[in-house]
Amino acid sequence: MSAPPIAPVSPPKAKTTPKTKRQQLSIGQRLRRDWPLLLMCVPAMLLLLVFHYVPALGNVIAFQDYNPFVGDDPLEAFLYSEWIGFGNFEYLFKNPAFWDSVLTTLSITAFQLVFYFPIPILLAILLNSIMSPKIRTLVQAVVYLPHFFSWVLVVSLFQMMLGGAGLLSQTLRQAGYTPPEIMTNPDTFIFLVTSEAVWKDAGWGMIVFLAALAAIDPALYEASAADGAGRWRRMWHITLPGLRSVIILLLILRLGDALNVGFEQFVLQREMVGREAAEVLDTYVYYQGIAVQQWGVGAAAGLFKAVIGILLIVGANKLAHRFGEQGIYSKS
Amino acid sequence: MSADTVKLVSADTAIRPRRKNAGPAWEEPPTLLGQFGKGTILTLVVAVVIVPLWVVVVTSLSSEKTINEAGGYVFLPREFNPSAYVVIFSGGQITDAILVSTIVTLAGTAISLVVTVLAAYGLSRPGTLGHRPILFYFLLTFLIYPGMIPSYLVVTGLGLKDNLLALILPTAISAFNLVVLRAFFMNIPGELYDSARMDGAGEFRILWRIVLPLSKAVTAVVGLFYAVGYWNAFFNAILYIDRNDLQPVQRVLQQFILAGQTPSTSGAAVAIPGLGSAVPPSLAIKMAVVVVTIVPALIIYPFVQRHFTKGVIIGAVKG
Repeated sequence: MSAPPIAPVSPPKAKTTPKTKRQQLSIGQRLRRDWPLLLMCVPAMLLLLVFHYVPALGNVIAFQDYNPFVGDDPLEAFLYSEWIGFGNFEYLFKNPAFWDSVLTTLSITAFQLVFYFPIPILLAILLNSIMSPKIRTLVQAVVYLPHFFSWVLVVSLFQMMLGGAGLLSQTLRQAGYTPPEIMTNPDTFIFLVTSEAVWKDAGWGMIVFLAALAAIDPALYEASAADGAGRWRRMWHITLPGLRSVIILLLILRLGDALNVGFEQFVLQREMVGREAAEVLDTYVYYQGIAVQQWGVGAAAGLFKAVIGILLIVGANKLAHRFGEQGIYSKS
Repeated sequence: MSADTVKLVSADTAIRPRRKNAGPAWEEPPTLLGQFGKGTILTLVVAVVIVPLWVVVVTSLSSEKTINEAGGYVFLPREFNPSAYVVIFSGGQITDAILVSTIVTLAGTAISLVVTVLAAYGLSRPGTLGHRPILFYFLLTFLIYPGMIPSYLVVTGLGLKDNLLALILPTAISAFNLVVLRAFFMNIPGELYDSARMDGAGEFRILWRIVLPLSKAVTAVVGLFYAVGYWNAFFNAILYIDRNDLQPVQRVLQQFILAGQTPSTSGAAVAIPGLGSAVPPSLAIKMAVVVVTIVPALIIYPFVQRHFTKGVIIGAVKG
């Protein structure tokens, strides 16, 4: 009885590796050798099949007048529902509420690119200039924390601090002032959601910039200081160029993600500020599809978002390559 | 400073003794204004995070009398009154919710970890049968999203409505965590696998006896990622859980803090299915609910801090 051939563990190192020998094994031999590893992948693959890929394929109900009541379960309903081609999309594209949600989504993305995106960078540069390791650790520990909070919690905390019955209103009222409406004002909603996003994730967003800063060779700073560059010149000529590639990469990733501004954050606040201000593409899909039960239209909006999203990601990645950056899915 | 290092200090710095945390010798000494500005900004940043949490904790530990005197939220602690916690842990909707969230978090994390570790190990050796297509199958999830409505139809079609599995299975696997674990497993020296195999160990035994003990930290971090996700899960509960006694704690938080404030109109997201009690919860009880949703994050946090900033970066680089 011969021992089964040993599976290669690490990628082939050099020319002496038995690459040709491996290819000589037939599929049956490889199966006999690798079946435990394949078996290990099966549970995860099944879960993704059922809860990721089947629903992804299920997007085809965007081309149906889907009616859950023509069958006993969603599958039967799917089989019996009528195919109507692009009817749902026609309805969607004629619907001003849909375009409003697209516009809101894009304006929030644009707003956050200006008022959210630079904050982690500035924070990282600031923190990096602090010499005391104790202070650095403390600040990092504190500002990472909200990243682990749920959106419900973050919105609740904002409500408790800034809402109509919140701490700020309470203090102002006791001092004899009329508190401003912060949580329910649709006109300033874009500032509110951006503040919430900053509060929750700007600290966490610092990590990648701190790593990039740590990777800058200190000798560069020393040499430029010896040449007479002051601290601002060093920041301009060494620190910022050192962050350049990370900044470009994240900027492009954000652009590729332009239609994703978050979902729970908006669902939670939609009733407080009204539909006009808080309806983003994701909430539109939810209300149109599940709450109002126009399944086909909701699915069409979701599919629209998914297709544009893929195009944006692929485009953003191309752009990243053009800038000479690695992009998201180079090789893994 | 030890004697050795003192000898190495240059003449320049020897004349002007440097403070403990001073920068390198070539750096100009910090200006007073700069120090002050930085200090102010960092203090503000820290305060913006800490103050709300502080107010919540202090208020949750205050009696009705203190709350009334303060006119609402309490800033300075005057007493230690845990009665709000006694109330929320002594039965009723909030206790149910804490129990539900705990069960979902523990069971979900266990399922996620087992499945993810298995798959990550199964994919950790390039060159095995089907390696590339299977890896592609997992990575494709980054690009193709299931879409909310088909997901809803699939989950309800499987009969998972009002079943806690609906809060677990759809989010059980994150391809990102899988890639992080796989990258770690691939870095374990191949000689370890080979020697184990020489001794007759099968793949499952190798995984259990060799790989997992070597990757305790990264596995724990991935588990924490999952746990935080399950604990914070909110929207799936709106979609799939109608029964009051199966609501997770985030849902209760939303009902008490957010929905309690808005006039309840249509729209499933903020509809309040009867809170179970006619009396609106007092501020202290509300705050105690908030604290309960925060505490798990706080408990695991020191551990996370230590291990996973590094892990995240490794994952991001290798991913």
